[in-house]
Amino acid sequence: MIRDITIGQYYPADSVIHRLDPRTKLVGTLAFILSLFLFRSYAAYLVATVFLAGVIRASKVPFKFMVRGMKAIVFLLLITVVFNMFLTPGEPLVRIWKLTVTREGLELAIFMAIRLTYLIIGSSVMTLTTTPNQLTDGMEKGLRPLNKLHVPVHEMAMIMSIALRFIPILLEETDKIMKAQMARGADFESGGVIKKAKSMVPLLVPLFISAFRRANDLAMAMEARGYHGGEGRTKMKPLHYQKRDRAAYLTLVVYLLAMYGAKRIAGF
Amino acid sequence: MSIIQAKKLIHDYQKIGEDGKTEVSSRAVDGVDLDIAPGQFIAILGHNGSGKSTLAKHINAILLPTHGTVYVDGMDTKDAEKLEDIRRTAGMVFQNPDNQIIGTVVDEDVAFGPENMGVPTPEILSRVESSLKSVGMWEYRDHSPNRLSGGQKQRVAIAGVVAMEPKCIVLDEPTAMLDPMGRKEVIRAAQKLNREKQVTILLITHYMEEVIEADHVIVMDQGKILMQGTPREVFSRVEELKEHRLDVPQVTMLAYELKKSGLPLPDGILTVQELVDALDAARAQRGSAE
Repeated sequence: MIRDITIGQYYPADSVIHRLDPRTKLVGTLAFILSLFLFRSYAAYLVATVFLAGVIRASKVPFKFMVRGMKAIVFLLLITVVFNMFLTPGEPLVRIWKLTVTREGLELAIFMAIRLTYLIIGSSVMTLTTTPNQLTDGMEKGLRPLNKLHVPVHEMAMIMSIALRFIPILLEETDKIMKAQMARGADFESGGVIKKAKSMVPLLVPLFISAFRRANDLAMAMEARGYHGGEGRTKMKPLHYQKRDRAAYLTLVVYLLAMYGAKRIAGF
Repeated sequence: MSIIQAKKLIHDYQKIGEDGKTEVSSRAVDGVDLDIAPGQFIAILGHNGSGKSTLAKHINAILLPTHGTVYVDGMDTKDAEKLEDIRRTAGMVFQNPDNQIIGTVVDEDVAFGPENMGVPTPEILSRVESSLKSVGMWEYRDHSPNRLSGGQKQRVAIAGVVAMEPKCIVLDEPTAMLDPMGRKEVIRAAQKLNREKQVTILLITHYMEEVIEADHVIVMDQGKILMQGTPREVFSRVEELKEHRLDVPQVTMLAYELKKSGLPLPDGILTVQELVDALDAARAQRGSAE
């Protein structure tokens, strides 16, 4: 049913990675992605592979869930690989008709493919092991220093979590409006893309009106319960770093050093 | 001392007229006086547009009076500095359960109020537990609100208000969107809070059956208080209520019709049991007369 739609792709399991502080996971993912772009060498990517495999193993999430995220970017990946292969100038390797594959191009294509794949898998590990709520909580607390630069961190996190709460409600509402209009002869199924898109317009208007009405009600309910922004707010479940988070950060540092070392020492 | 007091409360809604310039004002609440003692269960009746919801929103300082004053526990709602205290004293539950639940998990939603008040973490946890238990929703604490029934959602909303430990809770048509089962659940939760925690309850509704057990009933029509008193007093005036297109509970209606067609029954019968007893008494009377 439409109510059961889960936002994001959280995979519930009881693992070390699941229990980590969301901030640790955010920082870890970011560092991992950066490391892929900073240390460009086969040896370093070998280290990254081992690290990623270890994390996936520890997360207890089946590997096929990680690969699922790849489907969305297969096309992008192909384009990147092909363009890099054929359009990078350098020492020619193979010549097909007018197109030349260069050594540099091939290398670049391979690196790009590895990077993109690991980037997606790496961030999937985070979204699969962290609920959207934890993620917004982690962002709110992790980005708090930005408050000093007048970035409304708390408000942004609040907007995200309210959006998450209302997505299923609005989906249900869309369903209701659609059925009500179908009962009066509206046709959402037939026709080409343009016709289908046009038939959505009468759906959007009532949906928008209802969304605004809900927003108005919700704002009133929030005010009635004493909401006045992030200042002076306490938390029921505040985030605290645990021992395992310290261990995770240590592992991360070791990984980064290994990446650096692999690039410097192995040199290929 | 009274917990809620309104003196000559008037509220006008401003609307922009059709030409986009002239302001049209319509009077929603017209000179209402209220005086509610702590610990009471008050019901406010009236049909759509009678001004009952507008009145309710004044108690939480969501709306401010156009003229007149509203005092909540001695605080003037116009006093912007006391706004937080007023909202802490008088909690509010709204009609649509979906549009007042903020958290994506039940216990997080209940914690929203105390979090705003800056209550320390350990106390939030204990408040969430006790308020969820008081409405019988503790087992659902880690559910998503989207999967609860309407009555359950509304009880979560009540728990969210209870967790702020208010002296008074205003329920603005909390049952209007619920099925009969859900309605009963919500009213029972409110009655329990009133009895066990001595929270003053202000129930706004248009279901007559929910009003029977209130201490005091206020009937509103066109922004004014039409009549008030105990449920028995109010529902004795069937004719007057009918004139204003207001219903009375079914049993009361039946007793009224029976009386009109000649049975010796008292006025203001509210429950089935009362009617049964009164009919028994009437029969006994007739038996002894013959």
